[in-house]
Amino acid sequence: MIANRKVLTEDMLARIEALASRYPTKQALTLPALHVVHDELRHVPLDAVVEIAELLDLAPAEVQDTLTFYQFFYQDKPHGKVRAFVCRSISCALRGGEQVLDHLCEKAGIKPGETTADGNITIEPAECLGACDFAPCMLAGNDLHKDLTPEKADAFLESVGRQNG
Amino acid sequence: MITSDTFEPVLLEAAGIDDGHTIESYRSRGGYAPLEKLLSEKQPPEVVEMVKSSGLRGRGGAGFMTGLKWTFLPKDHPGPIYLCVNADESEPGTFNNRILMEDDPHQVLEGTIISAYATRASTAYIYLRYEYPKSWDILQKAIDEAYAAGFLGENIKGSGFSLDIYLHRGAAAYICGEETGLIESLEGKRAWPRIKPPFPAIEGVFRKPTVVNNIETMACVAQIARRGVDWFRSIGIPADPNNPRDPGSYGPKLYCLSGHVEKPGCYEAPLGITARELIDRFGGGVWKGRRAKAVIPGGISMGLMTEDELDTPLDFSGPGTVGCLGLGTAAVVVVDETVSIVDFLHNSCRFFAHESCGQCTPCREGTSWSLRMLERIRAGKGRLRDLDLLAEIGDTMGMMPGSTICGLADGAAWPIKNSIAKFRDEFEDYIKQTNPTGYMETDPVPALPIVTTH
Repeated sequence: MIANRKVLTEDMLARIEALASRYPTKQALTLPALHVVHDELRHVPLDAVVEIAELLDLAPAEVQDTLTFYQFFYQDKPHGKVRAFVCRSISCALRGGEQVLDHLCEKAGIKPGETTADGNITIEPAECLGACDFAPCMLAGNDLHKDLTPEKADAFLESVGRQNG
Repeated sequence: MITSDTFEPVLLEAAGIDDGHTIESYRSRGGYAPLEKLLSEKQPPEVVEMVKSSGLRGRGGAGFMTGLKWTFLPKDHPGPIYLCVNADESEPGTFNNRILMEDDPHQVLEGTIISAYATRASTAYIYLRYEYPKSWDILQKAIDEAYAAGFLGENIKGSGFSLDIYLHRGAAAYICGEETGLIESLEGKRAWPRIKPPFPAIEGVFRKPTVVNNIETMACVAQIARRGVDWFRSIGIPADPNNPRDPGSYGPKLYCLSGHVEKPGCYEAPLGITARELIDRFGGGVWKGRRAKAVIPGGISMGLMTEDELDTPLDFSGPGTVGCLGLGTAAVVVVDETVSIVDFLHNSCRFFAHESCGQCTPCREGTSWSLRMLERIRAGKGRLRDLDLLAEIGDTMGMMPGSTICGLADGAAWPIKNSIAKFRDEFEDYIKQTNPTGYMETDPVPALPIVTTH
């Protein structure tokens, strides 16, 4: 049904279509479809946008408009194998969150928002992660890292290095 | 009235119970029995009336009467009607919804099912922020359990009422917590809030009548169904008899306490506990034996209270009496005496500049320029005139002055207005000390590049 399909796999299509009955419009599948692709590829290339648009009977510009509004989605290249969001909002900032972010980036040799050259990790500043009871905190993959210190940050970076050889 | 001394937590009753998130645990604590009773004994309008008479006000931030909101739905609508549960909790300092979803998801689901029954909604979407993957897993498992136990799906417990609940994942945007921004996002679009009217009750998601309620509001509905209207109204601050427009502040509330306290956490108390009691009794006091310089009463968008204002009751009308925007999400953030108010305001302005959706010019430009000015002030190039300019931005962007579609700009404005009004001397000293030769400058000066927004 999608002409010249290059990015969306059969599995991705099946996962998107399994959600279709939940919504009365096809456009409502935009965010779920973007997530399906992003979960798999760690970015949503423009070709995927065109294919999602075709799948959902939308103009590619409509899907692209939605994608670019949410800064969550990478497009030009994938984020690192691990994506770490370090909170910089007020409750974490009051307890050293920004210092932890700087420390992590310095140790990893990157600036906030960048990915290491080996592609192992992307470190991003984030707004409130909703875990202010554990400030300063970081969300890396599905793991919430609580009450961060420079020592815990170092241990985290080491574990990322070990996982990815 | 139940006071904070005699109050026993109910919303947090599962906290600390092993496997409290399972359906077995919830049912053993009396859960879902109220739903079954209500489905067999009460018609939807009676449930609306129950919630209306409880005085429950929405826990998401605006504090609108929940039952009254439900009555705005059109009568005898052929459907579908949608219920959106707002779990896009993103207000800095706020995490009570996360605690509810992770510790006691069935309480949230029971409240959602009751609310859907009352509003005749056939589908409920829980819009969950991306940053809560654990909440996602726990809620999805709870939804599966509820289907298996017959509390969701077709013809629930033989009542003829059918309901599906779906989780919908956000993508890290604060504006999706605004109810019409949430609706646009759910439809697959950029989350630009809508001009109201029409209100969602008339034309909401997919152009159908829609109710948007917060997660904690759902939990309160479950507790009202279980414990009754009289119980709910025995907690909190009664309506002011001298003010016919005051609906009161009834029921338990989850207060999130963070920042410079010894024991940050989510604590349940009757609405109206004072910030001081919350900090001292639950939070173990300001950390390191220090004094509080300022306290956010309900998420950063509500502004600031000074140390002298900490005896203000944290009910729906308390924070407004000391110049704050309101109770908001009841997320109390303590800022100790060592923190520069300039740094505090910079953090706040950076947040709102980052999260403004860009639709309304006063908000897009106002949040951006307030951040640029704070960056310049911190770079030692501040001028006393900047304080007036900042105050002008604060006074002119928002729904209250009438220049924006949604309240994000009011939330951006309040920390600016409160900080300058309550800590002007500190700003002036900082500017004079860091820019001794230029602080009196009044001609336009070039902006510095923003280096910390994204």
